[in-house]
Amino acid sequence: MTELARTRPESFFADRFNLTESLLARVLGGNLLARADDADVYLEYRVNEELQLEDGAVKKASRHVSQGAGVRALSGTRTGYAHTDDISLQNLEEAARQARAIADRASTSGVVAVPSRGRPHDLYTLAEPPFETDLAKKLELLRKVDGAVRAADPRVTQVIASLTGEEVVTLIATASGWTVGDVRPLTRLNVTAIAEERGRREIGTYGGGGRVAFDFFLEDERWRRFAREAARQAVLKLRAVDAPAGTMTVVLGPGWPGILLHEAVGHGLEGDFNRKGTSAFAGRMGQKVASELVTVIDDGTIPNRRGSLNVDDEGTPTGRTVLIEKGVLVGYMQDRLNARLMGMVATGNGRRESYAYPPMPRMTNTFMPAGEDDPEDIIRSVKRGLYAVSFGGGQVDITNGKFVFSASEAYLVEDGRVTVPVKGATLIGNGPEALSRISRVGRDLKLDEGVGTCGKEGQSVPVGVGLPTIRIDDLTVGGTAV
Amino acid sequence: MNMDLLVSVLARAVAQGATEADGYLVEDSAFSASVRLGDLETVTHARDARLSLRVFAGRASAAASTSDLSRESLARVVDEATSLANVTADDPHAGLPDPADLIKGVPDLDLADTSPEETPEAKIEVARRCEAAALESDPSITNSEGAEYYDRRARYVYATSQGFARGYTTTTFGISVSPVATRNGQMQRDSWYSTARKRGGIEDPAAVGRTAAARAVRRLGARKVKTAEVPVVFDPETAASLLRSLAGAASGPSLYRRASFLLDRLGTKIAAPAVTIVDDALIPAGLGSRPFDGEGLPTARTVLVREGVLGSYLLDTYSARKLGMASTHHAARDGNGVSVSTSNLMLLPGRATPSELIGSVRRGLYVTELIGFGVNGVTGDYSRGAVGLWIENGELTYPVEEVTVAGNLLEMFQAVEGIGADLVLRDRTAAPTLMIGRMVVAGN
Repeated sequence: MTELARTRPESFFADRFNLTESLLARVLGGNLLARADDADVYLEYRVNEELQLEDGAVKKASRHVSQGAGVRALSGTRTGYAHTDDISLQNLEEAARQARAIADRASTSGVVAVPSRGRPHDLYTLAEPPFETDLAKKLELLRKVDGAVRAADPRVTQVIASLTGEEVVTLIATASGWTVGDVRPLTRLNVTAIAEERGRREIGTYGGGGRVAFDFFLEDERWRRFAREAARQAVLKLRAVDAPAGTMTVVLGPGWPGILLHEAVGHGLEGDFNRKGTSAFAGRMGQKVASELVTVIDDGTIPNRRGSLNVDDEGTPTGRTVLIEKGVLVGYMQDRLNARLMGMVATGNGRRESYAYPPMPRMTNTFMPAGEDDPEDIIRSVKRGLYAVSFGGGQVDITNGKFVFSASEAYLVEDGRVTVPVKGATLIGNGPEALSRISRVGRDLKLDEGVGTCGKEGQSVPVGVGLPTIRIDDLTVGGTAV
Repeated sequence: MNMDLLVSVLARAVAQGATEADGYLVEDSAFSASVRLGDLETVTHARDARLSLRVFAGRASAAASTSDLSRESLARVVDEATSLANVTADDPHAGLPDPADLIKGVPDLDLADTSPEETPEAKIEVARRCEAAALESDPSITNSEGAEYYDRRARYVYATSQGFARGYTTTTFGISVSPVATRNGQMQRDSWYSTARKRGGIEDPAAVGRTAAARAVRRLGARKVKTAEVPVVFDPETAASLLRSLAGAASGPSLYRRASFLLDRLGTKIAAPAVTIVDDALIPAGLGSRPFDGEGLPTARTVLVREGVLGSYLLDTYSARKLGMASTHHAARDGNGVSVSTSNLMLLPGRATPSELIGSVRRGLYVTELIGFGVNGVTGDYSRGAVGLWIENGELTYPVEEVTVAGNLLEMFQAVEGIGADLVLRDRTAAPTLMIGRMVVAGN
């Protein structure tokens, strides 16, 4: 696998599939652009390795290769897309013929250049890509994680630890006449602990990673922290009481609880839903949609983060897009199609799961900058409420703005003090309303450890979130204690 | 021809030193078209193939997969998998199923459409008619996320290094539509769909559109309710999701990891006596039907829960051996090797009509949509966002949103107080209307 990271994407596809830039330009120019407003050819080669430990030994190992090409023609609001996993000039030309069929009946005004900002970044070139690391070192790490979880607490009965590494090479030939490639590493260490006590069982999960090398997990013994966190969560939940039910003050801890932003506002500010007018935020540009303490930014340019990209999957360099500034809606996340139709700038948010899908507006790393409050003060300000520090997944209904996210580690707050842990519960609210009720923002911004995967219309992409400690007045907590 | 390709790949694995190997090849071609506000939006053509492989070196194993079926790439995948299997730890339970248990003749379950292919224009027209019916059926439908038509033809081949090779072909056809209703500045989206093995099995696109519109319109004016412990009636779609959660806890990997609320419950009462849940892989033209599982074992009708008693787990060969049991022939293949999946999973119908069930509730919630991931498979603790209609004196009244429903799955299945007669196999998992005696609805 070593050749992947060492070659430029342009020469990778030329060497392997005889697809030179000039041939790609021929597919684009001759077949697609004559009839379309915009078009592109996307080539992808992906290798993936997973090692999994359970019962104290690494018994599962797998390696996967996937490759393919997608050809897209855009005309007005229409998209023609064809993909194949057999990359050859003949198949690309056939795909181009299928993709452009959609544009045949539409009138065309030639290619509409969508302005994009800047040049591609260099955010994650690694000295040692994940596949070059010796397998023995990876197996050793998983065994050490197993030992650390079990040593953390005698109530741990099972440990499942997995280490995944991926490398994706892409090459995008765009209608604006330039060809741009990217090599994207992605690694992740995930630790699950099952704990048992007196017939009660619980699960704790922790992990992280990013566009980083294997050594990332060794720095400051990060792996040991992940192991201890998984064990701590599992054991803690053994004594959790029923979560409260009803509307109350909620304090979110820093880091991963930033999933609130992803669900409550992020999706609602993706260009497609706003162009179509189906988002609860549609038509509210320039209006106040949140408390003035709230600023929300999507930034695809943070080095080595899971959600970062040098260029998006349409060849547009990623950027830092302010979505909400001091409570006022100021920006959307755009791909080329929606930027063109809305007369806006493509923000580098056009992403796809793989060659098998056309791109659409997606988030990268979405976070709220730090405020001024002491996190301890924020908790002290709550008479009765919930303090939630870790979450499972979340979901949003774009159209009515209702979002949920499920706490996996949470506590009661009573008279300004964090007291007993409560069982997992889903929190539910309305995006704009919940943002308007943010009354305190801590100075402790943290980005998550690198675990997020976002799903939209059947496509999954890696993302990041970040949040300082915040207080939300009145959010509905879906527990069972009435 | 590609059966031969798979067989030659397995032969290479053995030549490289593997003691045994099995492989799975999926080849599919797919088409989809979406229409929004009457105009064509996206057309996608796809052709894919993926070969996945499991290689054993004695009692150690490794898996690999590739979408690159060129000779040199396949050779490299085999070599890598074989060398990976030499570094993984021995596992006494690893290995292929007993060859004597493999399927002999593959039954014809009528899973593939044989009618002539339709033109893309005709398919696009189906999506257009579906959306048009939704847009026209009510004046408050003002917008749309669009309608989609899709079809897919897939060929599955399973083979082992011991000379077994069998395959079958399926087709799937589907339509879906998501209209948006608006009133007094409030927008509500809902959707409806129809899926079938045969082109002719898809419901009338206009009827699907009208149902979607009615679902969106009835959500207009939705509001929160006061937090209360009340009976909850799940409509067939949301009731089916409860079955999926139950099946996850009954699956072998969850059990041998001791990460399931159904651990040690086989043969015990886990649900009300009226509850019987079966997984039947042999339903002709069924959306979840399959003649054999991902390890070549013949499938059957498994009674998961019989009159409230947990009758079976869902096991593949590996998890069965770990648990000291026999496979229930529920192996599924994914890129990482073998997992467990259900086929046609359903809760058998009762006698009540949905309106009789609703009519039996003085005050409660009728749930039509659930969102979020608040299900803990280890404890059964359950808390999800819900949308629906409030029941007052046995009648559906106003729409409800921004509430959660919470409980524990074991307690919820034990508290089933009514089962509808309205079971329809709309999808591979299906349930009739289900009434649960008591859950906590959290709101104001």
